[in-house]
Amino acid sequence: MRIARISCKGSPMSEIPKDLSYTKTHEWIDYDGDGTCTVGITDYAQSSLGDLVFVELPETGTKVGAGDAVAVVESVKAASDIYAPLDGEIAEINEQLEDSPELVNEDPFGEGWLFKINVSDPDAVENLLDADTYEGIVEDEED
Amino acid sequence: MAKRTPLYDAHVADDAKLVDFAGWDMPIDYGSQIAEHKAVRESAGMFDVSHMAVVDITGSESRAFLRRLLANDVAKIDEDGRALYTCMLNTRGGVIDDLIVYHLAGEHYRIVVNAATTEKDLAWLDSQARDFQVDIQHRQDLAIIAVQGPRGRDLAASVLDEDFAAAAMQLKPFRCASDGDRSVGRTGYTGEDGFELVLPADEAVSAWKKLRDTGVAPVGLGARDTLRLEAGLNLYGQDMDEDRTPLESGLAWTVAFKPAEREFVGRDALEHMREQGVGEKLVGLVLEGRGVMRSHSAVRAADSSVEEKQAEGEVTSGSYAPTLSRSIALARVPADWQARVEVCLRGKWQPARIVAYPFVRNGKSRIDD
Repeated sequence: MRIARISCKGSPMSEIPKDLSYTKTHEWIDYDGDGTCTVGITDYAQSSLGDLVFVELPETGTKVGAGDAVAVVESVKAASDIYAPLDGEIAEINEQLEDSPELVNEDPFGEGWLFKINVSDPDAVENLLDADTYEGIVEDEED
Repeated sequence: MAKRTPLYDAHVADDAKLVDFAGWDMPIDYGSQIAEHKAVRESAGMFDVSHMAVVDITGSESRAFLRRLLANDVAKIDEDGRALYTCMLNTRGGVIDDLIVYHLAGEHYRIVVNAATTEKDLAWLDSQARDFQVDIQHRQDLAIIAVQGPRGRDLAASVLDEDFAAAAMQLKPFRCASDGDRSVGRTGYTGEDGFELVLPADEAVSAWKKLRDTGVAPVGLGARDTLRLEAGLNLYGQDMDEDRTPLESGLAWTVAFKPAEREFVGRDALEHMREQGVGEKLVGLVLEGRGVMRSHSAVRAADSSVEEKQAEGEVTSGSYAPTLSRSIALARVPADWQARVEVCLRGKWQPARIVAYPFVRNGKSRIDD
């Protein structure tokens, strides 16, 4: 999935794909329907942070709880914690980001994914935010 | 409402991300701070710095006034068309502001001061000018564009009037030329060659557009900060302030103690400090590992066991250096510290080393790996 940064004159708009789930802390979650979630940060989040220069990811196999700070993305401007959206275990991390953190800026919903979680309770996915609700949160923050 | 420079509409048209900076709506970046940084190091970039204040000082005693007002000595620029970097001090030797003074011609000097300190500076100038025959004018009708980078001068000259461009291209570093209200200095804040152009507002708008058309990248305040940090240039309010003297802030070289009879504001305090010894110094730091040092990160001597709150050093400016692909900083530490330190980043002490700065000059790293 390749999503360009879309903008119109004077008011950069961020992309919010309808088929993903979200958190209010700006992670996106793509559930594969079979126990595994892919997690990244949203276009709005990467745009707010600016150019990323370091990404620190958890070890594969780490047990995580929903809301735990499990990764750090650091931009020229600031460092920001990334939270696990669900309980589970880290199944895979995006090792490309070690050398190419800019992938998160260039393709936040695709090549710039951060990690995958084997979730312990798939039903909890239902409790995440849908795209419309997340869009409302972004609009509030922009005001 | 925040103030806007004459180039505001141009920034909006370029999709700039605008932020409040000292009461001005200014571009922080136009999409990618790192790409803008690299444009200046490798080719050319331009900055709208019209939020800074242009102040013209004229009158029969302008030279005498500035010799009293400024810690560096304008006698060094008696020849027309020279520029000088200097601090303006209070009586305690603290830095009210840092600025460049351009000797345009005869009794006409032009200073450019920081945006955040403009009101304070103007009040200070006014209070100090009482005993001098001088006229001080804040030129709010003028805008400033800095064009910086290895191709900066050539591209800038291509958009100026023929005669003005010819005069500009003759300039050596830290020289300036003027034409009516316009002035051009071969100065900057990036560690690259370039010009700083002061132009009437409407001319600035058309010059910006022409520069854009010749391929000069607009660059925001974000990259301005990483460029100046790589170049080892202090930022007012972070690396120096009213409670520190230039001697503690890596700026002793800008203070002209000679001739001894020149009584500039702050001289007594600086001489006293020199006799007593300067307890702290500003140093350059390079972080050994990953992570980014930030303003106010605590710094301690290597292999010590002090807590963050007891650390004796502090980062004054820290960031990621795009040219070096690692974090660099300016930090205030005890004067006797050498070589190795540790910096507290997100609760962990990380090794860093003290280095001489500038970190980068004319696009090249000056730091060993």
